[in-house]
Amino acid sequence: MKKKIAMYWGAGCGGCDVSLLGIHEKLLDLLDDIEIVFWPCATDFKYDDLEKMPDKSIDIAFYNGAIRTAENEEIAKLLRKKSKILVAYGSCAIEGCVIGLANLYSKEEIFKTVYLENETTPNKEKIIPKEKSNDLKLPEFLPHLKTLDQVVKVDAFIPGCPPTKPVLEEALEALLQGKTKFGKEVALCDECPRKDTKPEKIEIERFYRWHEKEDNGKCFLAQGIICMGPATRAGCKGECISANIPCTGCMGPPPKVKNQGAAMISAIASLLGEIDEEKEREIIESIQDMIGTFYKYTAAKLLPKGRMKDEG
Amino acid sequence: MSFEPKIVAFLCNWCAYAGADMAGTSRLKYPANVIPIKVMCSGRVDPEFILDAFKKGADGVFIGGCHPGDCHYVNGNYRAMHRVAMLKKLLKEMGLNPKRLRLEWISATEGVKFSKVMKEFVEEIKKLGPSPWRK
Repeated sequence: MKKKIAMYWGAGCGGCDVSLLGIHEKLLDLLDDIEIVFWPCATDFKYDDLEKMPDKSIDIAFYNGAIRTAENEEIAKLLRKKSKILVAYGSCAIEGCVIGLANLYSKEEIFKTVYLENETTPNKEKIIPKEKSNDLKLPEFLPHLKTLDQVVKVDAFIPGCPPTKPVLEEALEALLQGKTKFGKEVALCDECPRKDTKPEKIEIERFYRWHEKEDNGKCFLAQGIICMGPATRAGCKGECISANIPCTGCMGPPPKVKNQGAAMISAIASLLGEIDEEKEREIIESIQDMIGTFYKYTAAKLLPKGRMKDEG
Repeated sequence: MSFEPKIVAFLCNWCAYAGADMAGTSRLKYPANVIPIKVMCSGRVDPEFILDAFKKGADGVFIGGCHPGDCHYVNGNYRAMHRVAMLKKLLKEMGLNPKRLRLEWISATEGVKFSKVMKEFVEEIKKLGPSPWRK
């Protein structure tokens, strides 16, 4: 019997929906085994159709994107009710991803920037979307961005921004056999194409932005460029690194690490060596943005209730 | 009732913990707000432990290690020093006062210093009030 599949697009860029096409001709084989019952981005189903389905009638539901509006949250709960296996698909659903960095700001600050101060958005009447205006009702913009597992129970996770071909192939194969545990347990360095160029001991004297160095094909950390490889889950085969771009950590931490940013801070600090406080300050100050560097994909996990206020 | 902060103190086995012991055997007083956790080396204190302590309700986190050059494991205390410096920057970005995290070098003979530093730290956290992460 064909497996019933659903895919929903929450708060995200849409890359996850497209990434399914990244498995190329394998998709054709896949279509023999599955039946799509709900996929707003690609097929014509309405929320009503989903509501009418019996509970637990969907075999596998993929949820991509984070939870930013009341609508996202409602559909997450509905999909949980209607499906046997609920999968957080991609970094947004798992840990908030880049849009999770919005948790550093309040709803009011976000609206002000987007609708009033953004130079490319002409808005002379200073209109800001409201939940209710005339007969129109919009879903609430939640105070903070949430990940899928902060709202409902999640059975499986497919990491990546968006999940790449090798990750997706392995995950889909496992899921169709009913398995919810898959993926590698080691860090990206383990399968890095530049693995052999990593020296025995790395000591960082200053940090460089990646465009400041010419491509020499060597380990980024050894060059003083921050590469999230040591704190990031393997599986993507280091596609970015092959294109001379250091890892920013979209696969999230390996399963045994809870806090990706903390793990990377730990690793980086160990590479600074026996230097005095003054030199230390100079090196650390050159990191422009701690959360943006080490928590680029996991800020929503770090700050689920937004930035704190602690003046003292 | 006045605010009594919770302080988690990670103390290294060879210096800071022995320093706390020294404070005890010398009958020196220090506030009961401090919850000491013995670790083999200050370099064992993973940034994750520190963030976890804050997340689970600590108002302040203290790390005590050997003086630079005295580490039982050669350079573990340097690692602790760089981690704390980076975490302070992170805490600031998160909106948490970096003063809530403190690193001190305390040797096995410095019972007096241990008691003095703990009193100071507890006073400082009392002034800052409860950590906003507790809510």
